[in-house]
Amino acid sequence: MVETALRRPPLAGLVPPPGDAVVLAPVPPAARFILRVRPAAQTAAGEAFGGPLPTIACRAATEGARAALWLGPDEWLLISPDAPDFTALAGVPHSLVDVGHRQAGITVSGPRAAAALNTGCPLDLDEAAFPVGMCTRTVVAKTQIVLWRTAPETFHVEAWRSFLPYVCGYLAEASREFSG
Amino acid sequence: MLLIACPYCGERPEIEFAYGGEAHIARPADPSAMSDEEWAAFLYARTNPKGTHAERWRHTNGCGRFFNAVRDTVTDFFVATYKTGEPRPDLTPRSVV
Repeated sequence: MVETALRRPPLAGLVPPPGDAVVLAPVPPAARFILRVRPAAQTAAGEAFGGPLPTIACRAATEGARAALWLGPDEWLLISPDAPDFTALAGVPHSLVDVGHRQAGITVSGPRAAAALNTGCPLDLDEAAFPVGMCTRTVVAKTQIVLWRTAPETFHVEAWRSFLPYVCGYLAEASREFSG
Repeated sequence: MLLIACPYCGERPEIEFAYGGEAHIARPADPSAMSDEEWAAFLYARTNPKGTHAERWRHTNGCGRFFNAVRDTVTDFFVATYKTGEPRPDLTPRSVV
């Protein structure tokens, strides 16, 4: 018997929270990479990826639909709608791991999006403390996520696929409080 | 909520961090030349002070990096945090007025 691997989009089968105070939506499928590279080769790595690598802590840089998210002093999450050509990095010491099958993303948007996230995330999500363009690994309830503010009322949440039903279900349940 | 100042990310909630034991313990250069007692002391004996303690922490749910912190084991107050590889900061006790 042939078993077929099915790609289930995030939020599949989830009852969405009522109202529009908090809206959960899947992000389109994309290629994702974790890149670790020393400072000397960061410019070359950015050119190979097709977008600059942010060097300021906890900031994301976008170039068209490509995004590079600072995760650590030498570590970035790269999100791209197509597969970048990294052959220019041959010979440059680096670590490049394709995590496209490991994790997926959703957007949490709406006027109460920050409040919904704050039910499980201890960070200060006020715009003064967490401005647009800021991104970081953090937690939602018991799960590690990557949180990225793409607009004042829109957050991009990346989580591992096996944790996504938990994250989405948690946020949907928390959002019911704000549906009034 | 206890905030810990990660040297890379800034002040973040304690729940994002993991404790990593006492800091500044160098692995002996030649373990085979040591006696069992010396090796056991390296592995297990720690200072366990009452007061300021230099210890390793890891920002597990953040940048993922190890760093060192000086914490008061009596009050749980974080006196200072600094990057791995940097020397322990000089924390001369403030004079009591």
